[in-house]
Amino acid sequence: MKMNGARIMLECLKKEGVDTVFGYPGGTVINIYDELFNVKEIRHILPRHEQAGTHAADGYARATGRVGVAIATSGPGATNTVTGIATAYMDSIPMVIITGQVPTALIGNDAFQEVDIIGITRSCTKHSFLVRDVNDIATIMKKAFYIARSGRPGPVLVDLPKDVQIAQAEFSYPESVEIRSYKPNLVGHPRQVEKAVAMLLDSRRPVMYVGGGVGLGNAAEELTALARNLEVPVTTTLMGLGSFPESDPNSLGMLGMHGAYCANMAMTHSDLIVAIGARFDDRVTGKIATFAPHARIIHIDVDPTSIKKNVRVDLPIVGDVKDVLSKMIKQVDKHKDKVAVFKEGLAAWHADVAGWKDKHPISYKQSSTIIKPQYVIQKLRELSDDDAIIATDVGQHQMWTAQFFQFNRPRTLLSSGGLGTMGYGLPAAMGAQAAFPDRQVIAICGDGGVQMNIQEMATLVQNRLPVKIVILNNNFLGMVRQWQELFFDKRYSQTCMELPIDYIKLADAYGAKGFLATKPDEVEKVIRQGFAEKGPVIMEFKVAREEKVLPMVPAGASLNEMVLNA
Amino acid sequence: MQHTISVLAENEFGVLSRVASLFSGRGFNIESLTVAPTNEDGMSRMTIVTRGDENILEQITKQLNKLIDVIKVIDFSDGSAIEREMALVKVTAEDESRAEVLRIVDIFRAKIIDVTPKSYTIEATGSPVKIDAILELLRPLGLKELVRTGAVAIGRGAKGWKG
Ligand SMILES: Cc1cc2nc3c(=O)[nH]c(=O)nc-3n(C[C@H](O)[C@H](O)[C@H](O)COP(=O)(O)OP(=O)(O)OC[C@H]3O[C@@H](n4cnc5c(N)ncnc54)[C@H](O)[C@@H]3O)c2cc1C
Ligand SMILES: Cc1ncc(C[n+]2csc(CCOP(=O)(O)OP(=O)(O)O)c2C)c(N)n1
Ligand SMILES: [Mg+2]
Repeated sequence: MKMNGARIMLECLKKEGVDTVFGYPGGTVINIYDELFNVKEIRHILPRHEQAGTHAADGYARATGRVGVAIATSGPGATNTVTGIATAYMDSIPMVIITGQVPTALIGNDAFQEVDIIGITRSCTKHSFLVRDVNDIATIMKKAFYIARSGRPGPVLVDLPKDVQIAQAEFSYPESVEIRSYKPNLVGHPRQVEKAVAMLLDSRRPVMYVGGGVGLGNAAEELTALARNLEVPVTTTLMGLGSFPESDPNSLGMLGMHGAYCANMAMTHSDLIVAIGARFDDRVTGKIATFAPHARIIHIDVDPTSIKKNVRVDLPIVGDVKDVLSKMIKQVDKHKDKVAVFKEGLAAWHADVAGWKDKHPISYKQSSTIIKPQYVIQKLRELSDDDAIIATDVGQHQMWTAQFFQFNRPRTLLSSGGLGTMGYGLPAAMGAQAAFPDRQVIAICGDGGVQMNIQEMATLVQNRLPVKIVILNNNFLGMVRQWQELFFDKRYSQTCMELPIDYIKLADAYGAKGFLATKPDEVEKVIRQGFAEKGPVIMEFKVAREEKVLPMVPAGASLNEMVLNA
Repeated sequence: MQHTISVLAENEFGVLSRVASLFSGRGFNIESLTVAPTNEDGMSRMTIVTRGDENILEQITKQLNKLIDVIKVIDFSDGSAIEREMALVKVTAEDESRAEVLRIVDIFRAKIIDVTPKSYTIEATGSPVKIDAILELLRPLGLKELVRTGAVAIGRGAKGWKG
């Protein structure tokens, strides 16, 4: 049966099993929206800003592991998605973004609402397609989804001119895709795996350094099994949190700039680092020249460009984490006696690690008069469901969440790590809640970033998405203020948010509920009240204004040169 | 270190800009870049001359390979390639310098492709080093205009790129 291009695109989404899209109509996607009227299998959520729609698709993807889908019109609609696309790109999140485009005959004419969105997003998409023939839509959509989710995942943009949406064609969705120029290497080389296990069992001070790739590759189970079997200490990046239970005695927590002292010391003193789906970001390594000076490094990553990009690597293994870790588990099982000796040999290392843990645990000074932000995070953990999904914004509150929440399950922390996008938290939580209507979804935001997509309160209320928004209100752009305090003589240039906002009224204006805590003994009550509400909620906590995120590795310093207390 | 890299890519919309913006976006250096279709359907071949240390070159080839439209990347670093470049040169040629230009053209097996009473236009082909050399000799005589294609490269021996 013939149908128009707009309908074909939607049929492709159905074939891909897409149940939810986040989109915003406009002139060049009006045909898609007209067809959407007839498609009941796809839930369309209308955000109040395309940036938020894109972050929501990203949050949906992070929480579910499926490909998130966003739609926007040409021109300003498309440019509004750019921050969302770049955010997803930096954290390797699978997404397909469909943008309308002016009719093919007008492309290049500075037509009304024309932008070269493919050009604009070239460096922040995994790939992009301009569809020029209605007969190509199905193949391109198939490729787009395949590229977005396979190998190192990432956002793929499909630019769909209006005339192509109107043109008619037969619809048939390809069963499979074959792209001769794109063949991600998913299978770890068996001999490299053997070597890796041999190196591991030969080491005395091993650390597993776990990144976002383990969650992306759904390999938390394999990782946990391997690490527990060998009793190797595990540290994770911000993106790796949740892939190894922080409740486990061998968890070192997060490493890096605001990581745990024990994690950074373990890296510095290690003789063997097994990097698993992590990319040696500068927030993690500190000064490269002094990074892990005694360690040999095994690096497992599906993307060859991640390997040897920032640090030397002794044994690279290109492949999917799940495949490589499964093989390592099997390989370890072949050496039961060696494993026993290896574990005995770790006693001294475990003692060192325990010493560091004891010496400087992640901590803060409690107060009886003023709410400490860290206390709110601890209380949130205590009072929330075990499988609660936490989205954060960017800033101090994000780091306190990473330090104090304690993540034990994969895909329960959604946070913009690579791009560090303020405004991400609320819409990402919205996307996760759309995917999991019955799970607790909490957005932890600062008073700065929450304003960047606050309009999504309307989307939450309209779509009955009961996101619990927590605002740690320090009346500052706190993370920048912290840098100004430490490195710019407390010259708080433009970081004080002068105007107090009445968040209870604000919530009310959107038809949601707001709660406020100003004293420590109100914290628990407010959280309980907020969690008890059926709908979306804002819980505002007026917190200590000049609290710092510590410990901290100053920019350019070595990992073991941590500022520990004020 | 100078390196010559061949990139075989799908002849898709925008592939050249993907490659070019990869270089500019990541701060890699391009000394020259040539591109044209090949004998294989829908495939084009670029020759890129770049500069960088070993780590940078490794990143360049990996990043090129990562582009979805790129089919194969060949790094000719070890002198395993034959390189050729063409230059079109307009030189001043009056009175006594006319003979001098002709002598240089002859020595380098170049060709005169356009003549006026005041100038010669020369076509020279050869390795980039040879082109540099002829230009060196012509420069004192008065270079009015110069166009170079940038190097193209092909592997030595009987094997094609597919092996
Ligand atoms: C204010 C602020 C402070 C920060 N402070 C810290 C800090 O103290 N500590 C910290 O750790 N981070 C911190 N970050 C985050 C930091 O910027 C980086 O985003 C983060 O460290 C990168 O994590 P990652 O190495 O796990 O890489 P990711 O970006 O998660 O990359 C994943 C890697 O895994 C690979 N991969 C993906 N899928 C697979 C698969 N299936 N199989 C194999 N490999 C795969 C990818 O190719 C990639 O190399 C901070 C961010 C902000 C905004
Ligand atoms: C879109 C964007 N603009 C600017 C920044 C720089 N920045 C990083 S953290 C931060 C302060 C965030 O303040 P707030 O949301 O109140 O959180 P807090 O640090 O106080 O917890 C700023 C401005 C950013 N990361 N993103
Ligand atoms: Mg703040």
